[in-house]
Amino acid sequence: MATQTQSLPGVAITARRSEGVWRDAFGRLRKNKLALLGALGVFLLLFAGIFGPLLAPWPYQVQDLAAVVANNNLPLAPFQNPSHILGTDSLGRDILSRLLDGAQVSMTVAFVVQLVVLFIGVPLGAIAGWFGGRIDTYLMRITDIFYAFPDLLFIILLSVAFRETAFGRALNGVLLVFVAIGLTSWVTVARLIRGQLLSLKETEFVEAARAIGVSDRNIVVKHLLPNAIGPVIVAVTLGIPTAILAEATLAYIGIGVQPPRASWGTLIADGQPYIRSYPWLTVLPGIMIATALMSFTFLGDGLRDALDPKLKGKQ
Amino acid sequence: MEEAVSLELTPDEAARITREQRETKAAKSKNLLEVRNLSTHFFTPDGVVRAVDDVSFELGYGETLGLVGESGCGKSVTALSLTRLVPNPPGRIVAGSVVFDGVDLLKLSEDGMRKLRGKEIGFIFQDPLTSLNPTLTIGYQIAEAIRQHMGLSKKASFDRVVELLAKVGIPRARDRLNDYPHQFSGGMRQRVMIAIALSCDPKLILADEPTTALDVTIQAQILELISVLSDEFGTAVLLITHDLGIAAGMCDRVNVMYAGRIVETGSVDVIFERPRMPYAWGLLDSLPRLDDVRGDRLRTIEGLPPLLINVPDACRFNPRCNFARDACRDHEPELTAREEPGHFARCWATDKGGWIP
Repeated sequence: MATQTQSLPGVAITARRSEGVWRDAFGRLRKNKLALLGALGVFLLLFAGIFGPLLAPWPYQVQDLAAVVANNNLPLAPFQNPSHILGTDSLGRDILSRLLDGAQVSMTVAFVVQLVVLFIGVPLGAIAGWFGGRIDTYLMRITDIFYAFPDLLFIILLSVAFRETAFGRALNGVLLVFVAIGLTSWVTVARLIRGQLLSLKETEFVEAARAIGVSDRNIVVKHLLPNAIGPVIVAVTLGIPTAILAEATLAYIGIGVQPPRASWGTLIADGQPYIRSYPWLTVLPGIMIATALMSFTFLGDGLRDALDPKLKGKQ
Repeated sequence: MEEAVSLELTPDEAARITREQRETKAAKSKNLLEVRNLSTHFFTPDGVVRAVDDVSFELGYGETLGLVGESGCGKSVTALSLTRLVPNPPGRIVAGSVVFDGVDLLKLSEDGMRKLRGKEIGFIFQDPLTSLNPTLTIGYQIAEAIRQHMGLSKKASFDRVVELLAKVGIPRARDRLNDYPHQFSGGMRQRVMIAIALSCDPKLILADEPTTALDVTIQAQILELISVLSDEFGTAVLLITHDLGIAAGMCDRVNVMYAGRIVETGSVDVIFERPRMPYAWGLLDSLPRLDDVRGDRLRTIEGLPPLLINVPDACRFNPRCNFARDACRDHEPELTAREEPGHFARCWATDKGGWIP
């Protein structure tokens, strides 16, 4: 406090503001350079994902055949032609535009999957943790089964099984993949919430809430979940890179986003045959994936340190 | 207008009806709370723990009743049983009745019970540090009971919260509504707990060791606050404490509990002046006194309260009692009336024909 007043001469000490948990955590997050870098990356990616189609110099599916023909039918290299800054693929499609389209897919996957995860994981975990006993046992065995089942196999099975239904065709087949990835990744959040509730429900403030006649539902929703939200935010943020990677992996093997739409995974798959002659076709989407994964991981780690300062230094 | 006339009562009729209402109410219960043969057991892997065993007492409107005894003799479980908040499993109320304002709480539906908690019966917990939710503002937590039970508008409940906070002596109440519990000191938090307990004008407040977690000066303030506000609101208080000094200062009557039983009950004067149960003597004797010789050891009751599993038919205090004889080990004494009205004790030695005059 003293140093602060010294560095700000003439500024009276203002009345102490209400400092919630969040303000506290934000203060700690701001001091973490790596987390800030991650946040910047996440912000740029989100920006690209939301406004990408507006920023893109070309629509993602348009083939600039004239440019390719002029280049002896070869893909344009980055910076070779000012109208295609990052070059084109062998069909004359603008790489930058396709990367931006891929960003949109990846950002959607990042958030839709986590919504699915929260939608399933939080209620299941809350029910298991709150009621305990037999309900808890059954729900946790179900989660164990989901946890033990090979993710990729499960997603592929779902994608194939529902491919021809209306649900499978929704959003160009992407929705199905999103939901499938979500269905394999809610386990962590469910276990987290359950563990938190198991310990939180024994606290005295729950007893106090009961003693003033608060209903079970309100105790869980208003009293317990806000106390459990910190670790969940961390888990969700750290779950995003996993989801992005899963989507890219699936796209790479041809499940999910269908051409002509681009995903970073399909871009790599498309570029792979030419990797010796035109490495940028695979390297550029690879860089995007790596950037996205690192940004979210850094931010997630930073959030964990910020929301649970006791944990820091123990690891 | 004509209908209104036909509805009007003659003064005689009106007087008769109010008298009848008063009489039926009186017939139903002269007391706010009547606990009869309450037994709460905990079903553990090691056996059945009889935490509260056949406890009966009553509490009048506006009265302050103390429940004193060592740790682990069933005081808190008694209070939790009254509001049916005993953790189940492993605990269960196995017998008895709790008639509160004419209604048997043990026969009430869970929903009906929930509507009563916080509205008719307020609860002050031992540790204000842990009984407030760290993630919710003070304002929200006080308003919660009000919104739950009184159906006030947001504005009205806000005003009521400010009024309550001012009443329990929190300065700048309006500015502190959006503060979190960690921004309050321990004594302040207990004041907030009292505000929560009083928020819906309850008829009864259960105060479970309300000052144990506080230091002595704050303790005095909080007790004063409880006493003043319960007088002002006409609220009855069941004060649970292991501190006899507090009981002596606050209560009209005192129940002494030991090992799940009430072992002595009477007015505060009788219990402190002429107790008739060796356990009460022991408790009183272990109070430090101003005229004690410096350097003397503090007096204690040797030993520990018994495990409440497989309790034999014997006086539960006999292993620690200096006056115990075979009679104490053969049968458990009943609560029997002593000289003063309303004074009962559970002891063979001090009963008629006993060996202590």
